Amino acid sequence: MFDFISFIPRAIVQGIPLLLGSTGETLTEKSGNLNLGIPGIMYVGAISGVIGSFFYEAAGAPSPFLTVLIPLLCCLLGSLLMGLLYCFLTVTLRANQNVTGLALTTFGVGFGNFFGGSLIKLSGSELPSIILTTTSNCFRRSLVNAADTTASWFGRLFLSYGFLAYEAVIIALVAAYVLNRTRTGLHLRSVGESPTTADAAGINVSRYKYAATCIGAMIAGLGGLYYVMDYASGVWTNDAFGDRGWLAIALVIFTIWRPNVGVLASFLFGGLYILHMYIPSGMNLAVKELYKMLPYVVTIIVLVISSMRNKRENQPPASLGLAYFREER
Amino acid sequence: MDKKTHSPLFHIAKRSALPWYVTWGIRGTALLLALVACGVVTSLVTGENPFQIYAAIFKGSFGTPRKFWVLLQNIAMLLCVSLAVTPAFRMRCWNLGGEGQALIGGLASAACMILLGRAGLPNWLVILCMIVSSVAAGAIWAGIPAFFRARFNTNETLFTLMMNYVATQLVAFFCVVWESPKGSGTIGIINQNSQIGWFPTIGGQKYLLNVLIVALVCVGMYIYLNYSKHGYEIAVVGESERTARYVGIKVDRVIIRTMLLSGALCGLAGLLLVGSTNHTLTTTIVDGRGFTAVMVSWLAQFNPIWMILTSFLLVFLGRGAGEIATNFGLNQSFGDILTGIILFFIIGSEFFIRYQIRFVKASEKEEAKHV
Repeated sequence: MFDFISFIPRAIVQGIPLLLGSTGETLTEKSGNLNLGIPGIMYVGAISGVIGSFFYEAAGAPSPFLTVLIPLLCCLLGSLLMGLLYCFLTVTLRANQNVTGLALTTFGVGFGNFFGGSLIKLSGSELPSIILTTTSNCFRRSLVNAADTTASWFGRLFLSYGFLAYEAVIIALVAAYVLNRTRTGLHLRSVGESPTTADAAGINVSRYKYAATCIGAMIAGLGGLYYVMDYASGVWTNDAFGDRGWLAIALVIFTIWRPNVGVLASFLFGGLYILHMYIPSGMNLAVKELYKMLPYVVTIIVLVISSMRNKRENQPPASLGLAYFREER
Repeated sequence: MDKKTHSPLFHIAKRSALPWYVTWGIRGTALLLALVACGVVTSLVTGENPFQIYAAIFKGSFGTPRKFWVLLQNIAMLLCVSLAVTPAFRMRCWNLGGEGQALIGGLASAACMILLGRAGLPNWLVILCMIVSSVAAGAIWAGIPAFFRARFNTNETLFTLMMNYVATQLVAFFCVVWESPKGSGTIGIINQNSQIGWFPTIGGQKYLLNVLIVALVCVGMYIYLNYSKHGYEIAVVGESERTARYVGIKVDRVIIRTMLLSGALCGLAGLLLVGSTNHTLTTTIVDGRGFTAVMVSWLAQFNPIWMILTSFLLVFLGRGAGEIATNFGLNQSFGDILTGIILFFIIGSEFFIRYQIRFVKASEKEEAKHV
């Protein structure tokens, strides 16, 4: 029998980085910026947090409060800088968003792998590899251990995650509320749909684009931090994060730009991502590779269906990917 | 009126076209600044003086004849994918699926090598099948998003992006199916003994054939885009779909045709990678070129001839950074950081080509107040 009680928590743990990434990207895209730099930003967020906690642990990590706070702040700062760079190039200098985003991804992934691989050599420490057990234990502290089979199913399903997981869900719900129920959200959506109209209505287009993209980048960066500190138990391995950043962008389309749908959808994606480990063993190894294709295929189907049905509320923001220049008609 | 009049410090306006030497002067300046920035970053990280670092970069590409040929081969492959995505970009159709299209082309040619090679077909027939099937496979991989873009206006950027990963997993699947030796999960060198499906080496140089083929494609693409009816149609659709429709261009057909061409050339890149260079297939054989190609093509303003220069630049830096990393015992990803920095500078410099900043003079401010 398929073991749901052990499968679901693992799917959720897989889904949380995707959820954070996609919530960040949704906010960004709602402002009309197609930020393809999200995979890079998630890497930078992760490595910034790792660098922060590496030096704090080297100093002995005296306070558990700071052990959590320092990586968190470093991560937010790192991803904020990436977001600012993207905004400066695309909003202020009106550069092409696809190219800027891809450059940001190249840079970010390189940045992550470079410092991940060279941090020890550069800092001259004697550790064999980056293992941040103390920090990770603080991040992973939860009420119930998911692997503990004696615990109740309720505890294992709902109470077995680190605090960032709950924060991710809260962020997604808050983002959905702000986008759809507040004036700020209305303004933001109007900037993404038609910046000309928004500008004429007295909305500061650049300010909204900057704010949404930078906040989005910081949220996405948290996804990287969650992956390293919680999922990977504080062990940094180069390229271990893999293509999750692109999967987060896929998730944005899959949820048709709705962060609240993203909560469940990210768990579904997380499930699809690890489904190949749960299908009966003895099956052909090659077929497992095909299972890993599922999230992308499902996304393509959603993209096609939503464009075929052509319902207005399910479309990408109308000015997605276009720079806004007031004097251009 | 006691309301404060706010007048901006400067005013941004669109430039009319600049002469080509000014635009390339601006880009050159940006590149120089970028190189200085890279030098500073590198010397901060390694603690060496920047000139030694530049020497190391140079040595990474031109140090030995072998390194030089590897440089040429890498330029040729990157250029091939860049040329492939260019016609679509000129149409403002963002084909980010070069990676997947090249991969699927490689898969098709590997399939021919393995299956037809086993069946005992003569070498020339296998190579012919490889060419046809990989070009067709790449075209199909691009044709699917193109069809939906033309028919339902599906977002092609996101669609092609997703197709990359479908292709990757498909290759991963076949890597296990055709694994050799059993249990390794990799294909290994295909037809190592019989060399069936291996492209001939000409002039004693393993990579010369690739370089020549890509050079031909480059010239062909330049002529196609600038001097053919198709090229003109692509340009019109890119400028304005409505204008194109008005003058009687069938936009749907142009989109699908151009994307098919784009995919077919990506398939060709995959064919060259499998059939001529590596004689094997892995999920990382394209090595991110599908994404780098976007930047190469854009940096050259979608001009095939300039693309030779931009792809040289990116490959040169990548290999140079690799040399630095080896010399100083750093991680190979250092190259990506340098590439990123250079791209940011050049991307930023485009602003100064397209727009001009006019500082509002004090007297004008006064005037504005009195209006």
